[in-house]
Amino acid sequence: MSLSTTLEPSTSATIGSSSGPKFGVVRFPGSNCDQDAFYAIRDVFKKPVEYLWHGDTDLRGCDIIVLPGGFSYGDYLRTGAVARFAPIMERVVEHANRGKFVIGICNGFQVLCEAHLLPGALMRNAYLKFLCKYVTLRVENSGTPFTSEYKTGQLLQLPIAHGEGRYVCDEATLERLNRTGQVLFRYTDRNGLTTSDGNPNGSLDGIAGIANETFNVMGLMPHPERACEKILGSADGRGIFASMIAAAVRATK
Amino acid sequence: MPQVKVIVTLKPSLLDAQGRVVQDALHALGYGGVSEVRIGKYMELEMAIPSNTSNDGIDAQVKEMCERLLTNPVIENYRYEVIS
Repeated sequence: MSLSTTLEPSTSATIGSSSGPKFGVVRFPGSNCDQDAFYAIRDVFKKPVEYLWHGDTDLRGCDIIVLPGGFSYGDYLRTGAVARFAPIMERVVEHANRGKFVIGICNGFQVLCEAHLLPGALMRNAYLKFLCKYVTLRVENSGTPFTSEYKTGQLLQLPIAHGEGRYVCDEATLERLNRTGQVLFRYTDRNGLTTSDGNPNGSLDGIAGIANETFNVMGLMPHPERACEKILGSADGRGIFASMIAAAVRATK
Repeated sequence: MPQVKVIVTLKPSLLDAQGRVVQDALHALGYGGVSEVRIGKYMELEMAIPSNTSNDGIDAQVKEMCERLLTNPVIENYRYEVIS
């Protein structure tokens, strides 16, 4: 959550630099990291950004769609299960199917799985607690539009804040994810090893973030938007936004 | 008007973290004979549909609802019962 509501823009007009790819941050009822994402994009990366209302059916020309963290529709039934059918999601699915970029953070990752834009599902943490802390992640594949600013094997400190972040999928899917480099981030211990101590929620194979087969849709449980400035504890999340911006610029050339 | 009772269960291969905690609590209460607890969901749907709708028609609707929204086929199984 943002510390202050003064960050809330008074209009839905595009704010930020007029140059570079335009971000759209989707707001579902119950989203609560929408302002954090908006702030990071506008104030840290100086890129144009606007909010997209869940009930709308227009992406307003946005190049990169962000599904933020929170508890969309109260997380009733299953996390992301109802948000997946919001009117805006039809446009988001079309956007993804055209090869455009979509990133889902935390609840946004859950929504992307429910929408079948990413394989697998996110279940209740293995040890039941809601976890709100920094974790160590290892970058597993730096050759993607979401990770090009990192090096494969690089360790990141990012915050997590979730009760249902245990990634699961069937064996065939897991084999494919590992073989094709779709696993982008894995939970590790401080030494970069995938141990059970380093896996906060019991995710299968320590999976913290994955991409789709065409590497234009990505979901992760940790919150890079909360880790874009040293003063907030870590700036390790910047690389994800910087990578997407660079990739979107390349795509328009 | 028919009523549909839907029971949703987690796939057997998946860890049921809630069920495990309830099992531990039962053991702590002395019910050591409980070897596993699995927690699912139970839903009742009141169907305001014409009384002459065929059983096949109801089945098709219920299956579609279960597969689109009521369950996530990646992690859950379901079964249901139609009560006329």
